[in-house]
Amino acid sequence: MSAAPTLWNITRRSLAKDLRLEWRSKDAINSMLFFALLVVVIFSFGFDPTAEESRRIAGGLLWVAVLFATVVALNQTWTRELRNQVLDAYRLSPAPPQALFLSKTIGNFLFVAILEVLMVPLFVVFYNLRSVGPVWQLLVVAALATWALVVNGTFFAALSIRTRSREIMLPLILFPISIPALLAMVDATTSILTGDNSPFFWMRLLAVYDVVFTAVSLLLFEPVLNAE
Amino acid sequence: MTKLYKALTAVTALLLVYGFYQAWYVAPMEATMGNVQRIFYYHLPSAWVAFLLFFVNFLASVWYLIRRTDSADALALAAAEVGVSFCTIVLLTGPIWARPIWGIWWTWDARLTSTLVLWLIYVSYLVLRHYATGGQVPVLAAALGIFGFVDVPIVYMAIRWFRTQHPQPVIGGGQGSGLDPAMWVAVLWNLAAFAMLAVLFVWARYRQALAERALEEAYIQAEGEAR
Amino acid sequence: MDPSVTNTVAAQPAVELHDVARHFGRFAALRGITADFACGRLHVLLGENGAGKSTLLRVMAGLLAATRGTVRVLGAGVQREVATRFGYMGHAPLLYDELSAMENLEYFAALYGIHDDARCAEAIRMVGLDPALERRVGQYSQGMRQRISLARAIVHQPELLFLDEPFSNVDVGSARQMTTLLADMRDAGTTIFVVTHQAALMESVADECMVLEAGRMVAREKGIPSRMLSPYAMEARR
Repeated sequence: MSAAPTLWNITRRSLAKDLRLEWRSKDAINSMLFFALLVVVIFSFGFDPTAEESRRIAGGLLWVAVLFATVVALNQTWTRELRNQVLDAYRLSPAPPQALFLSKTIGNFLFVAILEVLMVPLFVVFYNLRSVGPVWQLLVVAALATWALVVNGTFFAALSIRTRSREIMLPLILFPISIPALLAMVDATTSILTGDNSPFFWMRLLAVYDVVFTAVSLLLFEPVLNAE
Repeated sequence: MTKLYKALTAVTALLLVYGFYQAWYVAPMEATMGNVQRIFYYHLPSAWVAFLLFFVNFLASVWYLIRRTDSADALALAAAEVGVSFCTIVLLTGPIWARPIWGIWWTWDARLTSTLVLWLIYVSYLVLRHYATGGQVPVLAAALGIFGFVDVPIVYMAIRWFRTQHPQPVIGGGQGSGLDPAMWVAVLWNLAAFAMLAVLFVWARYRQALAERALEEAYIQAEGEAR
Repeated sequence: MDPSVTNTVAAQPAVELHDVARHFGRFAALRGITADFACGRLHVLLGENGAGKSTLLRVMAGLLAATRGTVRVLGAGVQREVATRFGYMGHAPLLYDELSAMENLEYFAALYGIHDDARCAEAIRMVGLDPALERRVGQYSQGMRQRISLARAIVHQPELLFLDEPFSNVDVGSARQMTTLLADMRDAGTTIFVVTHQAALMESVADECMVLEAGRMVAREKGIPSRMLSPYAMEARR
């Protein structure tokens, strides 16, 4: 029985394969969880705020911490495909390159989401955080923000594996382009936590950012994948 | 240097001199800031020229991905390098202006901040181009160039909204706030002069990049014949 | 191999190269190679290290773009159009170490639109291994790994195969088995390209050989002449 290699089909299979590989080797997730914990603790030593102050800066601290943890995690995504040059096998097949990109991005999204699930409660505890605004808004912001970081991150990680100084290259090209998204996620989070402003403009901006860059990444992934 | 290039250089020199004259002698003195304000006639045209050059980089990057020609790649590189140079001028003239007037080197003014982000994006582009090794850097750079330019409107929107939420002193009187028509003349003459200057620089850098490529080809050819 | 397919492609060369060059900055790995390769034959590419054999194979498979010249594979200018009809085995295994043989094959078969476990099992059996083996591929011996890599390359029953050093570090038994399999496939109509240092292994099955030196094709002959069998044969040419 044969089904044509459709986008969704291959995305699903590649994602399942990645999850299985990650489950078997556990190399990335364990070290990343510990790294995330370390980042939160170190930030807490760096900033020792009162409850009122903490509501104002926690948004910024959290997302910067997530950003750093994400960058360390992103490099790992493609490294697995370079071992044994197994990426070649995908390139040779008729499977669409966009499916590979989507599967990696969704995988990274899940990965970073797990890190956030660890880091956010820690922040809440260390800073005695309590949100003035509704929590569901925070969840929406978190989802949009994580996708924003991860979609460009996955693309640039793929790009940087084709260069020789890949570890430094990734944050170097990712950070500037992510600035508007970072601004949005930090300010939205702060607005919700303090209740001072409306976060809706930022949420819309993040949504636009997500749509635009997902489209651009999908369009430009094939030449980057085949740039050898 | 071709005759055309020499002629354009002469025209540019004239424009720069005339622009200077316009900025210093013809344009009226600004009411509150005095002569320091005249740096604006270099600050604003530099910003527009930089933006235009980044747009050229965008177009050249798209063209390169479609056609993969050396000339598209060379143009993208030249436009980015000269664009970053003009962008640097904006970032330097901003503080030079701000310091005597407001006593601070930097305010997180919307336009200046957006320019800073733009500068960061295209400097990262140049770092990729010059320090990444591997045969396909032009393809990667073209992708980054497209990402960067697509980000620009989002950057401007985000920073402008941020500033309305958290206001700060504004350099240059804000978006389109009361510029005397007499000042516009000086701005436009200097814009013409800087645009011509940009054309000269980009053209020269473009020719140089193509020459580097030709040198590589010649090297390969010579090595092949030696065997 | 479906006979009707064989008949239509028999007249057309499997691979056509015209003035193919590949540069890496200032290094020219391939310098203007022009050649046509007939279908249904086993072609062996010989040459020293650095001669350009692997590069040529990668250009033919579409993994590397040619800097100059044209490559046509099975009549198509873009290898992607005929991706289901050819297979490639690289110098590296092109497998996931943490998955078993069947898991690897199931994934790669799915990339070709094949969701039939029986075909994956069949491919593994063809290379002389047991599909039921649960052991992770990373723990296989080199010989077994090369054989699974070959199984991956043939799971979609391609009519054209590119093999880069399939016998490197492989034990004699495995090598002989793979050679027999390749000969059988060639007899059934598959076109096969083999890059190898060990010309002796291919002596009995090769239809023709091509020698590369510094990116150029310097010889092309029927079978493998005895003077090329010795690993020092390339040195003797100087």
